[in-house]
Amino acid sequence: MDSTIEIIMILLVLSDMALLGLSRLRACISIVSFQGMLMGLLVLIAHSSSMTPRLIIIAAVSFMIKGFVFPYLLRRGIREAGTQHESEPFVGYIMSIISGVVMLGISLWLGEKLPLLAALSGSSLVIPAALTTLFTGLFLIVARRNALNQCLGYIILENGIYTVGVVSVVEIPFLVELGIMLDVFVAVFVMGIAIYNINREFDHLDSDRLNNLKG
Amino acid sequence: MEIASIINIGLGLILAPLLQGVINKTKASFAGRTGPPLMQAYFDIIKQLKKSAVYSKTTSWIFKAGPVVSLAAVLLALAIVPMGGQAAPLAFPGDLLLLAYILGLMRFFTVIAALDTGSSFEGMGASREVLYSALAEPALLIGLGAIARETKTISLSQIMPRAHFFSPEIVLVVAALLIVFLCENARIPFDDPNTHLELTMIHEVMVLDHSGPDFAFILYSSSLKLWVLGLLIIGIIFPSPAGSFWLLYSMISVFGLLLLAVVVGIIESTMARLRLARIPQLIIAAGSLSAFAFILVMR
Repeated sequence: MDSTIEIIMILLVLSDMALLGLSRLRACISIVSFQGMLMGLLVLIAHSSSMTPRLIIIAAVSFMIKGFVFPYLLRRGIREAGTQHESEPFVGYIMSIISGVVMLGISLWLGEKLPLLAALSGSSLVIPAALTTLFTGLFLIVARRNALNQCLGYIILENGIYTVGVVSVVEIPFLVELGIMLDVFVAVFVMGIAIYNINREFDHLDSDRLNNLKG
Repeated sequence: MEIASIINIGLGLILAPLLQGVINKTKASFAGRTGPPLMQAYFDIIKQLKKSAVYSKTTSWIFKAGPVVSLAAVLLALAIVPMGGQAAPLAFPGDLLLLAYILGLMRFFTVIAALDTGSSFEGMGASREVLYSALAEPALLIGLGAIARETKTISLSQIMPRAHFFSPEIVLVVAALLIVFLCENARIPFDDPNTHLELTMIHEVMVLDHSGPDFAFILYSSSLKLWVLGLLIIGIIFPSPAGSFWLLYSMISVFGLLLLAVVVGIIESTMARLRLARIPQLIIAAGSLSAFAFILVMR
């Protein structure tokens, strides 16, 4: 079980790195979709010894929403906006990948400072991987101009929180979990509308230009 | 020094140009062509050896030394990399560093020989080659470092038999090494060996002025380099226990190298060349794979 979790964590970190290095929005969305499916599998594998219908529902819901619904909404977003590429990120792609490795290092260091969580999760890689995912999400929100990439950053951020929750907390209250899911779902929905409106007002998805609106 | 390791080197010396042939055959069959014969690289080398060299008046002894030093360096590298579980003749603790920098010496002489001609195109190619190899070197070294840490030895001949392919760290390192392999040998996502368009060439442009036996040396040393770096990957994927029957494992290694050549052919047929500006990004990605593996191993 532990080695399977380790492999999932490594895939998680690798998909973070890929998100940092890729400029094609469509590829980025596919990677986020892949990460969402990993999240669904993670619930099943982390609690494979004590499977309950509740867990299966959580796994199925997150698998469907993160793996299929979000990507569908986001793909529709870029189809309507007609953009395929992040134009000019604030931080270049090479610098992004290097910062990804630095963030991984920091996460490992932080993970060692949180021995209790690591002991609960059973694998010393879970907390660093989750933190890396969280940092990557924040980084994408800060470092990219494109509203869609920022939205992806938000989903990734939530994946990081979700990983910590699923693996380390034995019993997650069902309502809390579904509530978080609903929050993100609504957020993506609202962002979809925002993307559409930014695009209609400005003919592009460059959220940096929103600064021009200040009086 | 055992007879087996000498035979391994002999295998490398004889079979290395065959890899190019396998790559070209694979590409040809993907494109629906017959393609050049399998032995084409041998024919090219023999043809060039029969010709006499032409030297430009602007060149100095460096230009003549370039191909010779390259060939000598890659022969030394061949004596460092183990094959089929048999320790290499020049194995000593820390030889992985020597391997990386022997290849660096080879590149350095190719580059200064190219600069020595005073041609602006060759200068351009030299500049690119140096940039990409400066980026690829950390990927190679950190990756080898990760494996060395995993197997707790620092000699390639002891690392190879002990590496277990089916651990996540090793898979990451192999992926990084494969990217470095393609970059160092100027294969497709980085450089198209078939193109002769000056604007995009990297390796090919640096050797434009060499002719005759010098060019034969360059062709031969580049196929040996393909062989040596390929052995590095194959040795990790198909680890062979030390002390086992070496001939069998040497044959497995040769088979693995031919398989690697087919894989390279498939990559070249299905991928386009990357834009020059994107190349450093891919090499940095390989470096980050290595760094990730290293972090995982250090844990």
